[in-house]
Amino acid sequence: MNTKVNLCGIELSNPVIPASGTFGFGKEFAELYDINCLGTFSFKGTTLEPRFGNPTPRIAEFTGGMLNAVGLQNPGVDHVIKHELPEMKEFFHKPVMANVSGFSIEQYVKTCEKLDKEEQVGWLEVNISCPNVHGGGMSFGTDPYLAKEVTQAVKAVTTKPVIVKLSPNVTDIVSIARAVEEGGADGVSLINTVLGMRIDLNRRKPIIANKTGGMSGPALLPLAVRMVYQVYENVSIPIVGMGGVSSAEDVIELMLAGATAVEVGAANLVDPFACKRIVEELPAVMKKYRIENLTDIIGGAH
Amino acid sequence: MKQSIFTIVSNTALTDVVYKMVLEGDTSAILGCGQFVDLRLPEKYLRRPISVCDYDESTLTLIYKVVGSGTEIMASLPVGTKLDVLTGLGNGYDTSLSGDRPVLVGGGVGVPPMYNLCKKLIVEGRKPQVVLGFNAASEIFLADEFRALGAEVYIATADGSVGTKGFVTDVLKDLEYTYFYSCGPMPMFRAMEKVMTTSGQYSFEERMGCGFGACMGCTIQTANGYKRVCKDGPVFFREEVFA
Repeated sequence: MNTKVNLCGIELSNPVIPASGTFGFGKEFAELYDINCLGTFSFKGTTLEPRFGNPTPRIAEFTGGMLNAVGLQNPGVDHVIKHELPEMKEFFHKPVMANVSGFSIEQYVKTCEKLDKEEQVGWLEVNISCPNVHGGGMSFGTDPYLAKEVTQAVKAVTTKPVIVKLSPNVTDIVSIARAVEEGGADGVSLINTVLGMRIDLNRRKPIIANKTGGMSGPALLPLAVRMVYQVYENVSIPIVGMGGVSSAEDVIELMLAGATAVEVGAANLVDPFACKRIVEELPAVMKKYRIENLTDIIGGAH
Repeated sequence: MKQSIFTIVSNTALTDVVYKMVLEGDTSAILGCGQFVDLRLPEKYLRRPISVCDYDESTLTLIYKVVGSGTEIMASLPVGTKLDVLTGLGNGYDTSLSGDRPVLVGGGVGVPPMYNLCKKLIVEGRKPQVVLGFNAASEIFLADEFRALGAEVYIATADGSVGTKGFVTDVLKDLEYTYFYSCGPMPMFRAMEKVMTTSGQYSFEERMGCGFGACMGCTIQTANGYKRVCKDGPVFFREEVFA
């Protein structure tokens, strides 16, 4: 049974990757289990300057998952390099995925340039799809020209594989995926959260202070599978699939749709051991579906 | 923090909307008073964070108010139900600073965590005074239990049906104390800020995603920077928050 996959030239012992924003900088989970069992993890979305994020309440819930509007709270790239990365070195010994956000092309470039120099960073995951910030984030991910421009600008100053994280809040995700591939992206990751809203019946106002929030959780899996499937048919760079994954079966489903590796998001928040469990379940589930090498099934549903 | 399965041994109403649930399970991860647990409920995606009212080696007592569909489900759970619980969450109260005569201030559903704290302070040889705030006589709970511990109990009700008419601050302004501990709604903390004469600790409530510091869903701004209510709190020093 071989769970190894190769993501943009770097081998992962398995395809399971906690998604950015659900795993902090790994510390809270490293207190619970040895997180070196993971393929890697994508750390908390980092921006050039520190950010408080949005006012609270930032969280709401629905039958099939949750909504969040954290708004990219993070200590800023310099603090991450000076404090979070050295701390992480103590408990995580694999290349980590650096998740980057910005409000202008210049900010993306400067942040990526800094993180690219860090030895611990394996990949740069460039988030052009955060739905919870204003005047940036998702606006780059909903316009193919801007998406390509950001990608080109980041590629010009970095040496590590650049994976561009795409938004599902578009009419045609394929056109965005193609644009970032043309811009030189080494991979794409999808899907970020889906923009939603809940209203408090007592107060008759949106529950979340930011009004809208990004939906995540099991309800998103079919949307993620469909989008990964469509993108796989139209680009030749590797895809990191995500959206509603909470079991080894879900991982295999997204891989069959075309994902090389799979990120796990909201599941970490309701079950802190979710990723460990998925990693441990993978071999048995592979056996059940007669899979010898996980790499063999990538895009197998096409 | 520990994830384990607890079994409900009782789940009864204390008032129209406040319930007491006793669970049996492994409480070894609970390190002190003022911490909380995070319950996974049937039909709900996110866990529900509930403060610990009391605990011993094998039981956990939670007192909760039915405020929405999640707590409605909690109230309907029969004895014997098994629940997936994260225990030992949050920092809890620091009792070392209490002095001889601290005052414990609980407002509404902020009252329960004061119980275990009161117990601990008495064990440590302090003489705690307890000020409880409710809207009306029909909403009062736990007052007798505090008295049974040997604490001096003062009650304020908004409608004046029991104790002092008004709010906890109407009792507090005439009280002498060495330190204070509080849990309740933000408006109560703001009112207390105007009358409290010593240092103290406030326990905050916030809508949470995970409950263990991963999602940044419950962050507040403090004098010492951004803090997660679930992981860096829920208890914060007065000076940290209202600087």
